[in-house]
Amino acid sequence: MKKYLTGKMGVPMKTKEISRAPVSQQAHVIQKPEHPEYIGGSITVEINEKKVSVPLGTTILEACRQNQVYVPTLCHHDDLCVAGVCRICVVDVEGMRTLQAACAFPITAPIKIRTSTPMVRKARKHIIDLLLSEHYGECYSCFRNNNCELQALAKEYGVDHYNFGHVEKQRYEIDSSSYSVVRDMDKCILCKRCVRTCIDLQEVGVLEAIDRGYKTHIGTFGDKPLAEVICINCGQCINRCPTGALRANDPRDEIWEAIDNPQKHVVVQTAPSPRAAIGEEFGIEPGHSFTGEMNTALRRIGFDRVFDTNFTADLTIMEEGTELLIRLYKALVKKDTSVVIPQFTSCSPGWVKYLEHFYPEFIPNLSSAKSPQQMFGALIKTYYAKKHNIDPSNIVSVAVMPCSAKKFECNRPEMTSSGFKDVDYGLTTRELAQMIKEAGIYLPEMPKSHFDDPFGDASGAGLIFGATGGVMEAALRTVIELVTGEKVENVFDNMNIMPVRGFEGIKYAELPITKVGPIPKLLVHVVPNWDWLKGATLKIAVAHGTANAKRVMDSIKAGGKFSLCHFIEFMACPGGCIGGGGQPIPTSAEIRRKRAQAIYAEDAALDVRKSHENTHVLKLYEEFLTYGPCGHTAHKLLHTHYTKRGKFIS
Amino acid sequence: MLVEEKNALTEEIELMIKKLGKKRSALLSILHGIQMKHRHVSEYAQQEIARLLDIHPVEVFSVLSFYAFLNATPKGRNLVRICRTISCDMKGKDIIVRAIERELNMKIGHTTSDNKFTVEYVNCLGLCDEGPAMAINDQVFTKLTPEKAVKLLSKVK
Amino acid sequence: METKTKKRTGPVIFSGYERGTAIEKALNINREDILLEIRESKLRGRGGAGFPTSTKWMLTAAALSDEKFIICNADEGEPGTFKDRVLLIEYPELVFDGMVIAAHTIGAQKGIIYLRGEYEYLLKPLQEYLEGMRKDNFLGKDILGKKGFYFDITVFLGSGAYVCGEETALIESLEGQRGEARNRPPYPVNTGYMGKPTIVNNVETLASIPHIIIKGSEWYKKLGTGKSSGSKLFSVSGDCDKPGVYELPWGTKISELLELVSAKNTKAVQVGGASGFCYNKTQFDKALAYEDAATGGSIMIFNESRDMLRVLNNFMEFFVDESCGQCTPCRIGNVKLLEGVKMIQKGDYTFAYINKLKELGKSMQVASKCGLGQSSPNAFLSILENFNEEIFNRENGGTNEN
Repeated sequence: MKKYLTGKMGVPMKTKEISRAPVSQQAHVIQKPEHPEYIGGSITVEINEKKVSVPLGTTILEACRQNQVYVPTLCHHDDLCVAGVCRICVVDVEGMRTLQAACAFPITAPIKIRTSTPMVRKARKHIIDLLLSEHYGECYSCFRNNNCELQALAKEYGVDHYNFGHVEKQRYEIDSSSYSVVRDMDKCILCKRCVRTCIDLQEVGVLEAIDRGYKTHIGTFGDKPLAEVICINCGQCINRCPTGALRANDPRDEIWEAIDNPQKHVVVQTAPSPRAAIGEEFGIEPGHSFTGEMNTALRRIGFDRVFDTNFTADLTIMEEGTELLIRLYKALVKKDTSVVIPQFTSCSPGWVKYLEHFYPEFIPNLSSAKSPQQMFGALIKTYYAKKHNIDPSNIVSVAVMPCSAKKFECNRPEMTSSGFKDVDYGLTTRELAQMIKEAGIYLPEMPKSHFDDPFGDASGAGLIFGATGGVMEAALRTVIELVTGEKVENVFDNMNIMPVRGFEGIKYAELPITKVGPIPKLLVHVVPNWDWLKGATLKIAVAHGTANAKRVMDSIKAGGKFSLCHFIEFMACPGGCIGGGGQPIPTSAEIRRKRAQAIYAEDAALDVRKSHENTHVLKLYEEFLTYGPCGHTAHKLLHTHYTKRGKFIS
Repeated sequence: MLVEEKNALTEEIELMIKKLGKKRSALLSILHGIQMKHRHVSEYAQQEIARLLDIHPVEVFSVLSFYAFLNATPKGRNLVRICRTISCDMKGKDIIVRAIERELNMKIGHTTSDNKFTVEYVNCLGLCDEGPAMAINDQVFTKLTPEKAVKLLSKVK
Repeated sequence: METKTKKRTGPVIFSGYERGTAIEKALNINREDILLEIRESKLRGRGGAGFPTSTKWMLTAAALSDEKFIICNADEGEPGTFKDRVLLIEYPELVFDGMVIAAHTIGAQKGIIYLRGEYEYLLKPLQEYLEGMRKDNFLGKDILGKKGFYFDITVFLGSGAYVCGEETALIESLEGQRGEARNRPPYPVNTGYMGKPTIVNNVETLASIPHIIIKGSEWYKKLGTGKSSGSKLFSVSGDCDKPGVYELPWGTKISELLELVSAKNTKAVQVGGASGFCYNKTQFDKALAYEDAATGGSIMIFNESRDMLRVLNNFMEFFVDESCGQCTPCRIGNVKLLEGVKMIQKGDYTFAYINKLKELGKSMQVASKCGLGQSSPNAFLSILENFNEEIFNRENGGTNEN
């Protein structure tokens, strides 16, 4: 598989030409050279009187970390390029008049570094004092209490009072206009991580520093509320904010109210990624799934039914896969010019909104299939309500998601195909962990339990939706088998489709279809004949993070390699849903990798690992969606349309 | 804003980009050009600049808000800037300011009700040996007295 | 503004020069020899920081690149400084000839003069002057018949930001960004404008070059002191009878300068503008030189009637307004220092707190990202130190409300 503009651990590596970040924030990214000897080898420096050897160009911070010397940081984030603005990481470099920011200083000479001189300690203490003097609010009334980098630093440096006073009045209005992201600029310390996330990592470009000097603040275009600008709600800024200045729009109060109301039948669906990450909120190392424990906790909190979103992920594969086959037939065989390929996945609401804003002319390429969350919502208030004789107006439907954009998605006006708001609340992994704690539950010690029927059994294919490449892998497991009749495990070892796994920013693969049929009954009617697929080569691509999505879209626009693809998976967040904006903080490439591993391990242990083998899904088509995938009922409930938003803000 | 005005503005920006090149480094010159002609860079203009330079609108706004001589909302027809740095302060800038405030019936930092003048402070005009100094639009005046300052303003259309 | 007709005199810059003569001479000297001559002259940056000019030039000359830039820093924003304005109006030939010589020496094709927005009225005259240079083949292709030597200069107008006088902030500004200083290293001599090797020199530095080329480094070095060779332009303002721009050899004592400009009853002299240091009477025998009272040339004189706290308040308000706001020490630190000044003005302070602020000022000097934050506490620290009695013996918080 060919690499395409990707960096280490899935963080897009950018050259100046293709990045649109301000130069001050991106020209000095120091990449660790793969073969340091080729560009000058290593260099010996002294850190606190100890001689160490590091590759030329290593930053002082990295050199310290590699040698177990701790240097505090605040504006630095491993996912982001260098800023050097908070100055907390200053160190003494012999012979230099001033202290140097360790995060931004590339080593090119045999320097002598000292990380704890009186001057360094005093400067750091002053910086913390200054930041605290401007930091409005009390720690105990902040959602980042105990998970705040500023608070941790204050503790580290033994701050016991405010040396330079403390701001006593709120200066900024909290912006809670967005369904997804809430901005409280009184807690902002101007580290610009959100700016670098938004402009550089995601290339969305909603946040920037506005004004200058003392008046500097992070703002949007025209300082407008977030809901009025082109924010895609990915929430990546939340994950990288060191303080509580950015958070998700929290629906916990409303959900508790519904739970406490005996009239309400409160159901919850949980996406694949929260279970792989929620342990982190309880002090567990990343990489452990708590599926069964979470189910028990949800029941003890008081949810009436606990369902698995993976079920509708399987359903999504059936619908989206069928849609793809129909599209390909119409476009390639019937030469119907009104049908466009490649087909884009539509399960990432951040990606969908990104496309609506930045590439609205490509909306026809988006699969009309709803996301698993919204399919679930539509089924609960129709099929499930009818089956269990519950008045849908009394059902409160909650979705536990790794995502902040899901909050926006469930509030889209078109998401009411059940006649009601299909999903009432999107709840992030973080918020669920909070509810579990509020209920006095320690998650890791919960006994395990299974999901409830009728949506309780899902395949491993639905589960791996959580990691980048997962939707594609799930789709391929089904498409290969249904079209060729060949068992996936005979084509790919252990059913693991490795070419679409991993954290490369953009993945590309070609799959020759050598034989066709027999086509199963469920699908055989969707196109009049199947012979055209014989000998064809299915071209697919996977992109995660909107910066990578942009690369792919620009290639398609220019008629490049990706325009020849048939099907492309897009995820707004780096790493896919496991790196979503609703996941536990902090995030890093390492953490995302471990979460993905947890998901793949859980998949490998399941008996049913293909969506079309999910017997409950097949039963649903028999009982309710009787016209089959992409049929009449399915179309009414499980498919949607999109809005051309564009970029212009009036 | 009328459609014709919008089109004219877009054309203006396109023309400047043609001259300066479609690159980020043209941004300040473009902003400056629009500011000179329209006395502000409207949100529409900012977005058009962003579109034509292929950068994010918020980046244009960010740059615009950084520089003291660029603004997103219109100011008065004439811009009066009075130097507030210590050399001019010692030579009596306060008296000049008060005279202008009285004469124009306004407070410094604001615009007159007839929209004729916006009067602001500026950090050092570089005329410290000839203070107090002020600038009216792109002309500078030095060794001001209250009377002289008011007289200068009365000549402005 | 008054247009001056009086003839200026001075040992170097104001000593008379005919346009183009230095270029002509330089084009017949090879580059290495020019660099050596500049190194021998010990010319240092005239903007205030005093970095050896030859080092900048040599590093840029040695950098491998198909494109190099010469930038003339005319973002003269330091309060009390106006010498660059005088140079650009009255002596543009020195500045631009200096740029052409620099271009020849390091192999640059493009020069940019970053003119501060406050000097907008100079834009047209300068552009006209450059047009004249093009016409006379001092700019453009094959300058003065030198085959293959192409160089041109454009004027870039700033938009009101003091911090853009910092060379990396200036480059950011040229690139269409907020004027926020970059992390260094890498330095502009390697990675400057558009990522290419770039020299950023002050107007006065460039204006010294033609004279050094014509008269030689030996002649130049005879002026000034050991570590500060040549002459310096001083912008003198405040309480004196003859404010203006003076060219004096380095090493001139503050007291000598005060006499020259007929300053009477002088209580304090602020050397180096708002970011410089304030000296009291006992320090007037200090020499104006890099090794003693270093300065970019701003001299502000205060007589006995002046309230030094008001002066300090003015400076601190300036920094709060002009800090770019990216780094913590400068963005918030200056606000805290200003608050401290106001506290003293109101008589509502403790010495314990003022001492804390002094410590903070020292941290700002070493921990800020760029020269602005590193030098903004200078006035605070030196005024509180050198005018301690006046400031803390005020009755009920002093006389001046601000």
